[in-house]
Amino acid sequence: MAMALPLAYASSVVHPFEAGRLSFSTKATKHKKQIYQFRNVTKVLAYYGLTNPPYKLDALEPYMSRRTLELHWGNIHRGYSDSLNKQLANSPLYGCTMEELIKTTFNNGNPLPEYNNAAEVWNHDFFWESMQPNGGRLPWGGVLDQIEKDFGSFSNFRDEFVHSAMMLFGSGWVWLVLKTNERRLSIVRTSNALCPLVWGDIPIISLDMWEHAYYLDYKDDVSKYVNNFMDHLISWHSATARMVRAEAFVNLGEPKIPVA
Amino acid sequence: MVETLPIVFCRIIGARVTPPRLNPKACGRSAMALRTLFSKKAFTTASGFRPIAAGDRCFLRQARGLTVAALPDLAYDYGALEPAISGEIMRLHHQKHHQAYVTNYNNALEQLETAVAKGDASAVVRLQSAIKFNGGGHINHSIFWKNLKPVNEGGGEPPHSTLGWAIDTDFCSLEALVQKMNAEGAALQGSGWVWLALDKGSKKLCVETTANQDPLVTKGANLVPLLGIDVWEHAYYLQKRNESARVQPVLLGPKAYDLHTGTDEAFTFILSPQVHTL
Repeated sequence: MAMALPLAYASSVVHPFEAGRLSFSTKATKHKKQIYQFRNVTKVLAYYGLTNPPYKLDALEPYMSRRTLELHWGNIHRGYSDSLNKQLANSPLYGCTMEELIKTTFNNGNPLPEYNNAAEVWNHDFFWESMQPNGGRLPWGGVLDQIEKDFGSFSNFRDEFVHSAMMLFGSGWVWLVLKTNERRLSIVRTSNALCPLVWGDIPIISLDMWEHAYYLDYKDDVSKYVNNFMDHLISWHSATARMVRAEAFVNLGEPKIPVA
Repeated sequence: MVETLPIVFCRIIGARVTPPRLNPKACGRSAMALRTLFSKKAFTTASGFRPIAAGDRCFLRQARGLTVAALPDLAYDYGALEPAISGEIMRLHHQKHHQAYVTNYNNALEQLETAVAKGDASAVVRLQSAIKFNGGGHINHSIFWKNLKPVNEGGGEPPHSTLGWAIDTDFCSLEALVQKMNAEGAALQGSGWVWLALDKGSKKLCVETTANQDPLVTKGANLVPLLGIDVWEHAYYLQKRNESARVQPVLLGPKAYDLHTGTDEAFTFILSPQVHTL
């Protein structure tokens, strides 16, 4: 598969019958179609399906083993998704896109119980798509230009990202975000399930610093994990696609078009 | 204490430490070492704090009167807690994670001392989070090692006498307590600890959780930790591979925990005003 569409694109093509469903899983699609074929269905079901990573589970070897992904995606991510669906079964919060759900349940700093599960589902989806087999190395084009503009050089950015990851106490995530107010790229470190979406910023790349993400492969050697992520796993294709979408929301200035 | 003497002795001999106020030329090396051992700073309270014999840095610290933290030794082998906790996890947990907390705590303390001496208030405040995290990690893990005992030495037996009665009074039964601690551990988001604590004020047992490496005192100055369970993923992930609940019943149940440790300490604590040191 050449490039995975970020979830954000999915939200813009929601069919009216399928409001509240955000899943690429074909099982869920068939299930929903079967339901809506019956005219007398009146209940709208909210269901957030577990999306698959856009690569096979062993595709990221040797930097992230198949076993890690089996557990991380299959148990942990799936667990969050199931818990979220259970919590939403009898809740008035349905019909939202995932991003809306996160912002609503965050409740400006007083998170509702669904927040943790919703944010973790979204965070993990984002994380799988932030990685690819044969990833890493350098970005190109607009993303590279923006990084060089905001951090000075790519190696400055890389060092800052690695440093931020090493400085995290406890569980959390490290993000490269496009700050909407400041109109620049920035590196942000969040704890537990916190997601920069709640501040209105647009994430471009994320790195899971919870121990379950690296412990099986790297044990306590965190710096090796982060460096491998930067050198071999990070998906600049996804980053480019996300930047393209982000520029629709944030004015990063006029491009230099040569005068004819 | 006696069994640690040879270890400290050997380290000191190997590292050529010069204790303060002694002329190195006048004393033989072993005499110097013994002087260090029996100096005022050598036998501070309990296991966690004793002088590290690591060369000049130690000397400088002792000369300034700064007591440093040291990695406490385990009372059992790394593999002695199998199959409840694997030897690999114990080794990594003790030698890598706990050691990292100790090292970073000592570094933070040194920087703090410098900042205080210079009167740099913003540096002092800035260092607080590192001290809380690493110092807390050291405290919590020191308690954790003492809470564990191999099965053949009595680990995992249900508590008797005062502690057993207190559990029955405050939680109805040991099973109820185990269930409660498991539930609290599973509900904890992110990394943290689950504690069986004694509330000195109300003289009752309670179950508390703390986030990251916060020590139990951050939840209340009256709380004494009796039993702590590390719910950070590094404590179990290698072995349990995230089976269902975060805290496995087998840990608290009949396999590895020695619940006796808490008994006498907790109740003498009520009776005497000594500070519960590590």
